[in-house]
Amino acid sequence: MARTATPVTGRLAWPIVAGAVLALAVLVLPLLALVVRAPWADLPALLASSAVLEALALSFGTAILATAICLVLGIPLAALVARAESWATLPRRLLRAAVTVPLVLPPVVGGIALLTLLGRRGVIGEWLDRVFGVTIPFTTGAVVIAQVFVALPFLVFAVEGALRSSDRRTELAAATLGASRWQVFRHVTLPIVAPGVAAGGVLCFTRALGEFGATITFAGSLPGTTRTLPIASYLAMQTDPDEAVALALLLLAVSVVVLLTLRDRWLPGATA
Amino acid sequence: MPRASRPRGAAALAAAALALTLTGCAPTADQPGGSTSPSEPTGAAATGELGEADLTVLAAASLTEAFDALAGQFEQANPGVEVTVSYGGSGALATQVLEGAPADVFASAAEPPMQQVVDAGLVSAPEAFATNTLELVVPAGNPAGVTGLANLADPDLRIALCDPSVPCGAASVELLANEDVTGAPDTLESDVKAVLAKVSLGEVDAALVYRTDVLAGGDAVDGIEVPAAAGVVNRYPIAALTESPAPGAAAAFVAFVTGDAGRETLAAYGFGAP
Amino acid sequence: MIGGVGMTDAARTRPGLDVDVSLSYGPTRIAAAFAVRPGHPLAIIGPNGAGKSSLLAAVAGLVPLDAGTVSIGDRRVEALPPERRRIGVVFQDYVLFPHLTVRDNVAFAARMRGPRAAARAAAEPWLERYDLIALADRLPSELSGGQRQRAALARALAAEPDVLLLDEPMSALDVEIRGDMRAELATHVREFGGATVLVTHSPADAAMLADQVLVLERGMVTQRGTLDELRAAPATPYVRRMLAASEA
Repeated sequence: MARTATPVTGRLAWPIVAGAVLALAVLVLPLLALVVRAPWADLPALLASSAVLEALALSFGTAILATAICLVLGIPLAALVARAESWATLPRRLLRAAVTVPLVLPPVVGGIALLTLLGRRGVIGEWLDRVFGVTIPFTTGAVVIAQVFVALPFLVFAVEGALRSSDRRTELAAATLGASRWQVFRHVTLPIVAPGVAAGGVLCFTRALGEFGATITFAGSLPGTTRTLPIASYLAMQTDPDEAVALALLLLAVSVVVLLTLRDRWLPGATA
Repeated sequence: MPRASRPRGAAALAAAALALTLTGCAPTADQPGGSTSPSEPTGAAATGELGEADLTVLAAASLTEAFDALAGQFEQANPGVEVTVSYGGSGALATQVLEGAPADVFASAAEPPMQQVVDAGLVSAPEAFATNTLELVVPAGNPAGVTGLANLADPDLRIALCDPSVPCGAASVELLANEDVTGAPDTLESDVKAVLAKVSLGEVDAALVYRTDVLAGGDAVDGIEVPAAAGVVNRYPIAALTESPAPGAAAAFVAFVTGDAGRETLAAYGFGAP
Repeated sequence: MIGGVGMTDAARTRPGLDVDVSLSYGPTRIAAAFAVRPGHPLAIIGPNGAGKSSLLAAVAGLVPLDAGTVSIGDRRVEALPPERRRIGVVFQDYVLFPHLTVRDNVAFAARMRGPRAAARAAAEPWLERYDLIALADRLPSELSGGQRQRAALARALAAEPDVLLLDEPMSALDVEIRGDMRAELATHVREFGGATVLVTHSPADAAMLADQVLVLERGMVTQRGTLDELRAAPATPYVRRMLAASEA
């Protein structure tokens, strides 16, 4: 018995169609332009340069690590945010705002905030430097931290959405069958929201891969250490727009491929 | 007041382009002729006869403080003219111009980006209006005890330089090569202001920036003069774009910057004469 | 260990259930006291919104009590979390785990106590008993309503609970098959043999599945007894209407 019936698809009114087409054009045309403008003939040479490969490897490595951290931290936070439904209004809104802010904040501002916290003269960073001799900015770790900062909300909201739309009574049923709270989470809650986790992880990864502003502000830009693909692309704009377009195209291709393959593999079917 | 924005990344670039479109469109809508006054632009600059015009100036990041001031002075002298200055790495700005950003004036921190624009036929006869040289900059109080260029080779120090793809970075490379110093930078920033910011925040121990930036950095930074820097001089060219929707006002602004008043202001911000 | 063979060990003495609780359900205050002997199921019957399901959930430990006691034999359980009460629940529309096969649903309780392989082995006799072998590898979404009910019952009983609670077990079924399913469920409840409480709004369910009836209206017990006793002397207009409707 299906819980939701499929509604008969009516024809959309023309302003809706027109608006949708326009919206799609806004989203797709710039990317199409990138494809059209790409220096296809020189592309292999441009992309095979060691600087590009270095940036690509750094981007992938840091984005994967950032996604892993987001999964470990974001799933519990999503569970808390979903549970906050039953809280009083103010703490609930504060929690939600705290999760949303990095999403709407210009990433550069996020980078500045990270510097004021973890920079050499930062609130925590000063102490880290003095006590442990550890400084975070300009390290690959700083790249990962910046990526986690901007990408975490994507994971939290995807998982929280899945949690909210899941039937919470399955958790109660598990409890009556002898499952402890942790077992309920591990054996029921988490597997049921797995598609949401996968979708969130993919979004999180692509966001981390594309992260620019917070990274360049907090981590700087040194080839092989902190210069990720988006930063390399931005710098290429200074001298060689062709290379910049090539790099942008590479980022676009990676994002599209990741979104397409993972979505197909993870999203449908898991709850069919 | 001049509005300043520093575009970052493709998204910011697109947003800037959109903003430029909006400001660029206004005068043509108001005044079908595009230019307000048929009179000589040089005369107009002094008398405020330019009428209503929105001027978009793309300027190198190192010009930030000086051009904020110049824009303000120009607006005061020409009621009805509003100047918007967009600051960025010279190369990125040149790309914006090449991509058709509807700007009126381009001021670069070095010749090559301007040359790109000249080659594309988008400006004619750029004019040098200022020079700049590099200086070592350290956080106020010089906590790492930096004394000269040689310290930039110290891997234990946190060092920021401009990326070689932007003028201040190219100049830094040249200076270090002249002095046989192998730099050990921890970051290569996309423009000189980003380098300066890392110094003012105390995140790096030393950096190379223009001497004008040391002045602009105020109390947060100290400058250490480098005698050899005199051998590496950056020349700043400026030009009105041929496709400016307000060519009169654009030419007037260029004339103002290269004129006596402009030169005085630039000197006050540490720039040398061309 | 589970010892699947002992599952309907009639010789084993099953504890009774003693409930005397009060709780809040929105603005409604629910207060009820009842005792259920093993093998003599109780049906809680009442109009929508009377608080029947909340009362049942409170017994299982799924919603908090304001006050009162829940005893299983000489075991006081009202302070225990649901996972330690040994109370099996068949939920309204069953709430099977959508991500697990029928086999793993039935094996769930054993899985919480041991490795997957052992849990699956322990589930086997229950699958057999409830005629679920052919369906064992299907997901709940691939089952009919009646099959889901059997799976839910098997899942609850495989945990070897002392007490079985059934919340509107018929409401998710098509009307045409309710008669057959009711008879089948009655067989299973008899086989379980422990204290059983059933929530329903249907006198037909109560007649087939329970020995005694407790009427709950707006959180209060308005009548209790056998169905015949209710018929003989309906205590409230609701009881009269309900019985009349069921006979029509």
